[in-house]
Amino acid sequence: MKFETPAGTNPIDRMTVVGKPTTRIDGPLKVSGGATYAYEHQDVPGKMAYGYILGSAVAKGAIRSIDTSRAERAPGVVAVVTHRNAGKLGKGKNNTAKLLAGPEVQHYHQAVAVVVAETFEQARAAAAMIDVDYARDGGRFDLVAAKTDAKEQPGSDAPTAVGDFEGAFAGAPVQVDQTYTTPDHSHAMMEPHATIAAWESDKLTVWTSNQMINWSLKDLAATMGMPVEKLRLISPYIGGGFGGKLFLRADALMAALGARAAKRPVKVALQRPLMTNNTTHRPATLQRIRLGCTQDGKISAIGHESWSGDLEGGGLEVAVQQTKLLYAGANRMTAMRLAVLDLPEGNAMRAPGEAPGLMALEIAIDEMAEKLAMDPVAFRVLNDTQVDPEKPERPFSQRNLVRCLQDGAERFGWSRRKAKPGQVRDGRWLVGMGVAAAFRNNINGKSGARVRLSSSGEVTVETDMTDIGTGTYTIIAQTAAEMMGVPLAKVVVKLGDSSSPVSAGSGGQWGANSSTAGVYAACVKLREAVVARLGFGPGEAVFENGKVHVGNRSADIASAAKSGEIVAEDTMEYGDLAKKFQQSTFGAHFVEVAVDRYTGEARVRRMLAVCAAGRILNPMAARSQVIGAMTMGVGGALMEELAVDKRFGFFVNHDLAGYEVPVHADVPHQDVVFIDEADDKVSPMKAKGVGELGLCGVGAAVANAVYNATGVRIREYPITLDKYLDRLGEVA
Amino acid sequence: MRPFTYERAASAQDAAAKAAATPGAKFIAGGTNLLDLMKLEIETPTHLIDVNGLGMDKIEPIDGGGLRIGALVRNTDLASDKRVRSDYGVLTRALVAGASGQLRNKATTAGNLLQRTRCPYFYDVNMPCNKRKPGSGCAAIGGFSRQLGVVGTSDACIATHPSDMAVAMRVLDASVETIRPDGTTRAIPIADFHVLPGQTPQTETALEKGEMIISVALPKPRGGTHIYRKVRDRASYAFALVSVAAVIGRDGKGAVAIGGVAPKPWREAEADALLPKGAGPVADRLFADAAPREDNAFKIMLAKRTIASVIAEARDA
Ligand SMILES: Cc1cc2nc3c(=O)[nH]c(=O)nc-3n(C[C@H](O)[C@H](O)[C@H](O)COP(=O)(O)OP(=O)(O)OC[C@H]3O[C@@H](n4cnc5c(N)ncnc54)[C@H](O)[C@@H]3O)c2cc1C
Ligand code: SF4
Repeated sequence: MKFETPAGTNPIDRMTVVGKPTTRIDGPLKVSGGATYAYEHQDVPGKMAYGYILGSAVAKGAIRSIDTSRAERAPGVVAVVTHRNAGKLGKGKNNTAKLLAGPEVQHYHQAVAVVVAETFEQARAAAAMIDVDYARDGGRFDLVAAKTDAKEQPGSDAPTAVGDFEGAFAGAPVQVDQTYTTPDHSHAMMEPHATIAAWESDKLTVWTSNQMINWSLKDLAATMGMPVEKLRLISPYIGGGFGGKLFLRADALMAALGARAAKRPVKVALQRPLMTNNTTHRPATLQRIRLGCTQDGKISAIGHESWSGDLEGGGLEVAVQQTKLLYAGANRMTAMRLAVLDLPEGNAMRAPGEAPGLMALEIAIDEMAEKLAMDPVAFRVLNDTQVDPEKPERPFSQRNLVRCLQDGAERFGWSRRKAKPGQVRDGRWLVGMGVAAAFRNNINGKSGARVRLSSSGEVTVETDMTDIGTGTYTIIAQTAAEMMGVPLAKVVVKLGDSSSPVSAGSGGQWGANSSTAGVYAACVKLREAVVARLGFGPGEAVFENGKVHVGNRSADIASAAKSGEIVAEDTMEYGDLAKKFQQSTFGAHFVEVAVDRYTGEARVRRMLAVCAAGRILNPMAARSQVIGAMTMGVGGALMEELAVDKRFGFFVNHDLAGYEVPVHADVPHQDVVFIDEADDKVSPMKAKGVGELGLCGVGAAVANAVYNATGVRIREYPITLDKYLDRLGEVA
Repeated sequence: MRPFTYERAASAQDAAAKAAATPGAKFIAGGTNLLDLMKLEIETPTHLIDVNGLGMDKIEPIDGGGLRIGALVRNTDLASDKRVRSDYGVLTRALVAGASGQLRNKATTAGNLLQRTRCPYFYDVNMPCNKRKPGSGCAAIGGFSRQLGVVGTSDACIATHPSDMAVAMRVLDASVETIRPDGTTRAIPIADFHVLPGQTPQTETALEKGEMIISVALPKPRGGTHIYRKVRDRASYAFALVSVAAVIGRDGKGAVAIGGVAPKPWREAEADALLPKGAGPVADRLFADAAPREDNAFKIMLAKRTIASVIAEARDA
């Protein structure tokens, strides 16, 4: 099915199952331990062996020699694989650095070897017995130093310009010109990257933890130099990813190589201290923002430049993305430049682009509002746009930013905020409020599904779509139930298997809308097949309460499959509606923060997010996504930072003791409100993404609240007390 | 982790004697620190002597006042002991500010005193570290040192001792009671228990080979307001950037020890005496010989401000 014109009325609009707060259908399995994660599969033929990865001890250089003889003789060791005996390996399209080092080393903790042994402990002990002699090269590890050599990139990453930015900025009566920095971030999801690999002659099956089955299927085939047809990837449950599991990673490759060498199934989990430097991270940014305004608060010039780094051949952090679209203004520019760094590979992490971009932009907006002596909510409302400011002929498909801001202000009690900072005290705490706009583009991806109707009236959905903890199982079941007019309990959902139709996968908050639209397409076909099987001639079919009605004829849906299962398969594809209409999601974050005036400790007290993100398929799951995202936003604002050692070229705090993310005590009361929307330009589901929107802008809302509490403006994340203690005022 | 052998000691003296006689032997109590370090091969004992189950898990009154805390008393049990809560509040507060409930259920008094630094370079075996591998250098100096020490450090090591409990014990003038391989016992004032790194940062305490902690003695309760303030980037489950343990009387006099800044809980009698004069003089005295790094210089100001907060709290109590 191709979605080319705005959706009319369709069975989803009934919203008898879709749109209802629904507990997870996979919840009982998860809380009872019945959901099998990658490392836990027992249904693997053959006796399992354990792999342990040795990471490179240097960031850049070469392996001069590698002596595995002691490891090979160690108790229980079955095989040791290094670049010397791995055979010829290619590289996946989505990988910047190779997944197995040698002789060249491209980054710290790049995999150098996998040891396979009878037990995990034996493999780990033997891995420490591998002697590697490295030739260490100097590398580029400092973004600030590399900035001058950073280069513009072609295509959609190229600079943009509308009107005369420089002239308008220079002539603007009120200006903000500031630089902001965001650090490298780690996904730090709970489940590490993990894989079980098993060969049967030349066929390879991998049980893994991966967000994008089809990307990784192709990339594993390309890396191993084998046909895709000989490979199967299975990833039914994923313990978090945040973009860290979008790609094929070393766990999968090393398990496959280890299993081939051991001639047995092998399981590999990346040990926690390896995850940070072995895999990908959100790259640090340096951002310069210039805003020019008229005295009455209209933006006349808006400019956003960003610098980030990555390995040779890598990509940008697209931090200016939202600035192209969020606010009006006749004269505009954006530019991004990429520096080559020899740190581990930078790549997507939850809301790439907008997450760090808004951390900067939405402080700048706060700064401008203050210069204008305007309320920051009112200033944002005044500069709203209903069209793409770079291409005014393109309207937004739906845009309710103003409502988010205004409803949020009302609910949060924003009117109680004191415009002048540093005015509110609560014992030793300085208290302030902050706001930021949330913005994240909507992306649709081609997505397929197969649906089966059994003679008992059960509907089974099969797709290679993944559920990374977001609730995909449930919204897919809701979609199928709504389409087929059966109760949720009659729907079975099977996800994460490469032998199922290719889906959009989970990433970029595209998963919910795209995958359910694919299920919609397949269900439309199944409905046709059911009507045909029942012999209910032409006429509009209604599927409800387990029955099919056409005109005055009706039958139990199960009866259609009496003579055999009915199977339908389709893929949803998209026309050019996304070109004609800018499709984005919007929100507003409100935060109250308290800062200890003695110690500078900043603690969030209250949070509210108001989101306008199309139809909300499952408000319960969506809320859960948003509160999780808000929590991550607090982490980004107040504590998360991969510390770069610029001498050795690695992230030093590479475990969960050193890389702090919020704990329960950091997470205050959180409220989430969804504006009632249905966006007919997006898909028949009329839904958009929400899982990343919830993160976008949170950091700046916290930063603005810290400013409002203390009068100290911090432009370098994370906002830790060492950066402002000296500006908090004397204490006796 | 390297292979190791394991035995349960029959008595404290047996444990000490065996530890002295067996090369590569170490005691294991709760295991919450030692096992982690063994997995990373930062600690590589070849023999573990389990000191659980030797009856050292009791808290008993000392004749003439004070409390004797068995070496194996779990942090949770110590923190929740009625006598500790009423008479040594600073100790309870320090304990519950540390780690997590699960860890405190396992962690012991002796193990807590002997936990090793959280310097990130100490934890990465690819990095030079004089404490882990004497003579290899110190990667933290000139590197990421935000968590590390500002005073009492040396040019060989700038690690801090991460314990919260020890900071409270320091302000309470506890003493560490031990048994040696020959069966003799001694009491080491907590002030002398942890030693400064100098050129031998691998030596962290005054303990001799095989010497085992059997208990910690607290002297008679120190009157006044007991405060433990732990400052960190997140609200819980993090080691202190700076912590302040203080017992301050109505008259403003008292004692104060600082955690998170030095290789041992940092306290000076002269600084205690300055408490009535306010945080400035106290901190100036405590950090007179400080040698901060770029990343951690803030700790001196933070300590001063935290002391100020603690003094204010005591005043308002
Ligand atoms: C995630 C995490 C967070 C933590 N956070 C904090 C925190 O915020 N604050 C804090 O203070 N601590 C914290 N800790 C550290 C924790 O307090 C220690 O791990 C614990 O106290 C160690 O006690 P244990 O009994 O488990 O020691 P073990 O690991 O058993 O032993 C530690 C050392 O003591 C030696 N030893 C044990 N008993 C004796 C004895 N009787 N005589 C001589 N030597 C002995 C062992 O040989 C070993 O060298 C944290 C730990 C973890 C894992
Ligand atoms: S500070 Fe001490 S523990 Fe840290 S690297 Fe240096 S020597 Fe090792």
